[in-house]
Amino acid sequence: MMEAACGTPPRIRVAVQYEDFDPGVEEACLHDDDHRIGGCGCFVGRVRADNGDDPLLALTLEHYPGMTEKALTALAGQAVTRWQLLGVTLIHRIGRLQPGERIVLVLTASAHRQAALTACEFLIDALKTDAPFWKCEERRRSKQWVDAKTSDANARSRWGQHD
Amino acid sequence: MSTLHLRYFARLREQFGRDAEPLGIPAVPYTVGDVIDLLIARGGVWAEELGGPRVFRVAVDQEMATLDTAVHDGAELAIFPPVTGG
Repeated sequence: MMEAACGTPPRIRVAVQYEDFDPGVEEACLHDDDHRIGGCGCFVGRVRADNGDDPLLALTLEHYPGMTEKALTALAGQAVTRWQLLGVTLIHRIGRLQPGERIVLVLTASAHRQAALTACEFLIDALKTDAPFWKCEERRRSKQWVDAKTSDANARSRWGQHD
Repeated sequence: MSTLHLRYFARLREQFGRDAEPLGIPAVPYTVGDVIDLLIARGGVWAEELGGPRVFRVAVDQEMATLDTAVHDGAELAIFPPVTGG
């Protein structure tokens, strides 16, 4: 059955994976067949190198299989409702990642830029405090779980709760 | 007797030396707080991590929970540090 484009539901894609992702391919997938979309907000997070006495060799990302996918889908749903988005893609990598590698992708598609950009910022802030991922830092002389940051909790709290 | 499926993640998984275990609880109304008290009573690293100032989070059946959240027979109860993804 043919369905009018204006009746298609927002497209939500959530993935937790070891493999890298291609932001360009993901952006094309989100857009190509929906010409109501006027723009896309994009955030790509990468592993940041540091240059202390004992520099970072790698991060290992652990997660809670099942709960992670539910939490990401719930956040995507909140963003779609709050900003009337036409599509959201959330991809988070797990496993051992070296400095420079991509960790996370947030894509938000909407008719106009403001909704896409604002929702993109909301999603990366909310993902950092609401989705069950944990980073372990590996250095030559130490291995340590990263502590949660107060600044991340503050960034999340400015958006309020929308459950 | 009811049985819970406990799961531990990240630093707590390493501290407790396990990623999961079954836990028997009395078949009466029981909360997350009651489960935490049972674990603290084991002493050692359990009391240190769950009974002191260190912050931890709990999820029941993969939804974030509080100490007041009720648990039921067969529930999956996960205990983990504050999350650090993104």
